Amino acid sequence: MSNELDFLSRHVVAGRLSRRDFLGRAAALGVTATFANSLLAGAARAQSPVRGGTLKAGLVGGESTNSLDPASFLTQVPFLFGKCWGEYLLGTNPDGTLRHCIAEEYGASDDAKVWTFKIRQGMEFHNAKTVTAEDVVATLERHSNEDSKSGALGIMRGIESMKASGNEVIVTLKEPNADLPYLMTDYHLIIQPNGGKDNPAEGVSAGPYKVVVDEPGVRHGGERFANYWDADTMGFADQVEVIVVNDSTARTSALQGGQVHMINRVEPKIVELVKRIAGVKIENTKGPAHYVFVAHCNTAPFDNNDLRMALKLAMDRQEMLDKILLGYGSVGNDFPINSAYPLFPEGIEQRTFDPDKAKFHYQKSGHDGPILLRTSDAAFPGAVDAAQLYQQSCAKAGIQIEIKREPADGYWTEVWNKQPFCTSYWGGRPTQDSMYSTAYTSDADWNDTRFFNEKFDKMVIAARAELDETKRKQMYRDMALIVRDEGGLILPMFNDLIDAVSDKVGGFVTGKTHELSDGYALAKCWLNA
Amino acid sequence: MGGPILKLVAQRIALGVVLLFAVSALIFAGTQILPGDVAQTILGQNATPEAVANLREELGLNDPAIIRYFRWLGGVLTGDLGTALSNGQDIATSLGGRLWNTLFLAFWAAAVSVPLAVILGLLAVRYRNGAVDKTISGLALASTSLPEFFIGYILVFIFAVKLQWFPGISTVYEGMPFADRMKAVALPATALTLVVLAHMMRMTRAAILNVMQSAYIETAELKGLAPFDIIRKHAFPNAIAPIINVVMLNLAFLIVGVVVIEVIFVYPGMGQYLVDHVSKRDVPVVQAVGLIFAAVYIGMNIVADIAAIIANPRLRHPK
Repeated sequence: MSNELDFLSRHVVAGRLSRRDFLGRAAALGVTATFANSLLAGAARAQSPVRGGTLKAGLVGGESTNSLDPASFLTQVPFLFGKCWGEYLLGTNPDGTLRHCIAEEYGASDDAKVWTFKIRQGMEFHNAKTVTAEDVVATLERHSNEDSKSGALGIMRGIESMKASGNEVIVTLKEPNADLPYLMTDYHLIIQPNGGKDNPAEGVSAGPYKVVVDEPGVRHGGERFANYWDADTMGFADQVEVIVVNDSTARTSALQGGQVHMINRVEPKIVELVKRIAGVKIENTKGPAHYVFVAHCNTAPFDNNDLRMALKLAMDRQEMLDKILLGYGSVGNDFPINSAYPLFPEGIEQRTFDPDKAKFHYQKSGHDGPILLRTSDAAFPGAVDAAQLYQQSCAKAGIQIEIKREPADGYWTEVWNKQPFCTSYWGGRPTQDSMYSTAYTSDADWNDTRFFNEKFDKMVIAARAELDETKRKQMYRDMALIVRDEGGLILPMFNDLIDAVSDKVGGFVTGKTHELSDGYALAKCWLNA
Repeated sequence: MGGPILKLVAQRIALGVVLLFAVSALIFAGTQILPGDVAQTILGQNATPEAVANLREELGLNDPAIIRYFRWLGGVLTGDLGTALSNGQDIATSLGGRLWNTLFLAFWAAAVSVPLAVILGLLAVRYRNGAVDKTISGLALASTSLPEFFIGYILVFIFAVKLQWFPGISTVYEGMPFADRMKAVALPATALTLVVLAHMMRMTRAAILNVMQSAYIETAELKGLAPFDIIRKHAFPNAIAPIINVVMLNLAFLIVGVVVIEVIFVYPGMGQYLVDHVSKRDVPVVQAVGLIFAAVYIGMNIVADIAAIIANPRLRHPK
């Protein structure tokens, strides 16, 4: 009971629950209003930021091959450390809304083609240079250059031209895009002096912490930047440290032994054990990340929609969720969007395991013989087990699946996006538009289902330009239905991102998209004295 | 005695250098047949065809292999190991720190395990087939039969999580105070000691026991010398060559074979560095690390050979 109240009171302080609701809940648990109020006051006290100390995170997802060049960010450690030292044009709040960072204001022309970002004045880079509109333009240029190796290149392609004018940055798009502000929150787009064109890996930006230690694959450290523009919301610890701990057991024991204050990627199978550790809380993010089985729509036998439908109906989603994720996730519905997205299309019928219908479609497809599925634990944790479960549920529908286990090493280069049927994962994107244009439009860089549908492509472009939210929502619903009923994507489940955080940490708020408070945990949290 | 020894030593070293060249060619050839393409692997799931082409061009991957081999070898001979493909860092610089960390850990593991193994081996011989011998051998065999990761996790559980005497993750860094560094390596060094102890101890025991069969030991016994003096003065010096051999093999293992321990204790040594770069197809780093590992093995073997020659006069005068 007290756990629940404690949890709820933290929600009130974080602004996710109203005070009135809290008191109602407390009354239902048989607690007097006076006691409930004192609980609340206690929680509020614990929630007022404390300055000082060294906040440490032990994270999987760092390698000695990492670099501070934001264009090269791929895994969790650079991503999270980037949020400590980097400052963006726009950021995200835990509730998914946009946070104004370097862009103090922004606005679009009526057709959503020309965007103007007003640059906040008086902001300073770590090297004491003032942040200007020119730096912002240079940064965007570097990431949108066709020669660039930037992970943000795909989302920058829609930009036709950009220029700095006084304290404004004016971006003109090739096609209208109502989501541009969301795209600017991409974690690669750290604004750097002269766009990082001189030395992108020097780790200089305008974030709450200055880089003082950079040992790729070992640890990264930052110390508070005295001239940070928004010192009231971020940068409470004197120092932050990211220690790379790729081994899951070592990560858990480091948290348990008090060497770090937070860890990411707790495996579902040990969550119940971690919950029992005194002084440790599990923080679960219901993000847009998902595990998938992808079939190429243009390769036999998957070029037959009946066969694809049979494969979709032969997937026992609930069993996958229960056995692979041990319930830490939610079932998927064969389109890559869940309620973590702002304009999630609601009310689409949930597809369930139906061996009879699957058998019907399978026979209608005329295919005969085994279907080869390639998998590896590189695809997602438990992918091999998932493939075997799928093999069994398919057998119930008379579909024979042959599993080929591929080496983890080289899986992304040799198997995924090359072989016609394999397991994979997606981390999700900030908007539906970016998810669809990354992997589902005909010209997408990673069209890993080889989904070529002209009607769908047109809808993506139309939805991008639509500023009327109701219409847009309807368009996204139609698009989801096309992918769900005609695509090569079999999406059994969305996986939760599970972090564990010490109760010495104050101010932790679960994010909506990424782990550890959308990556802001180190930047925004503090150590309780 | 100086002449022939110097000649033998020079011969061994020359042989080692030739071997190292052969190894360098093998390493280079081996890295060429790794599946996948470095440019694509670096970019991972984010690889677009243009980005891959740009990166290949930039990395000079379009030149023939033989040219790249000699370019590399020339660099190595002048102390230039090149830059890592994946993040552009100078390999010699990043390797220097890692190598130092690995040597630091190996040194402390060896400093504990070698004397301990020899002393335990001597004790086991002195009280052979008795309770002491059986206890020592039993425990040593038990520790060696357990997988490294299991020993590591047990140590972490007891000393880091439960007792909190030592840190469970051993991230060391430059400029770390010596006392902190010692505390950080305490658990991995203990784990390594347990891993290598039994091998060295059993070999010591076996080598001395072998010598104990000799006629001159019987003579010593008949002279009425104390058992421990016989072992110390007469048996041990004659058993030294095989003991040094096994010690050197284990030392080499402590430097090149500790990937698992490094992963468990999050220790920033050479093994972890190599694994990261192999999976990224970062060929120059893989080659550099491979060459250093080969040099360690060859070097240790030369030292063992030379020590054996010095210890045993008969080997100095081959017939």
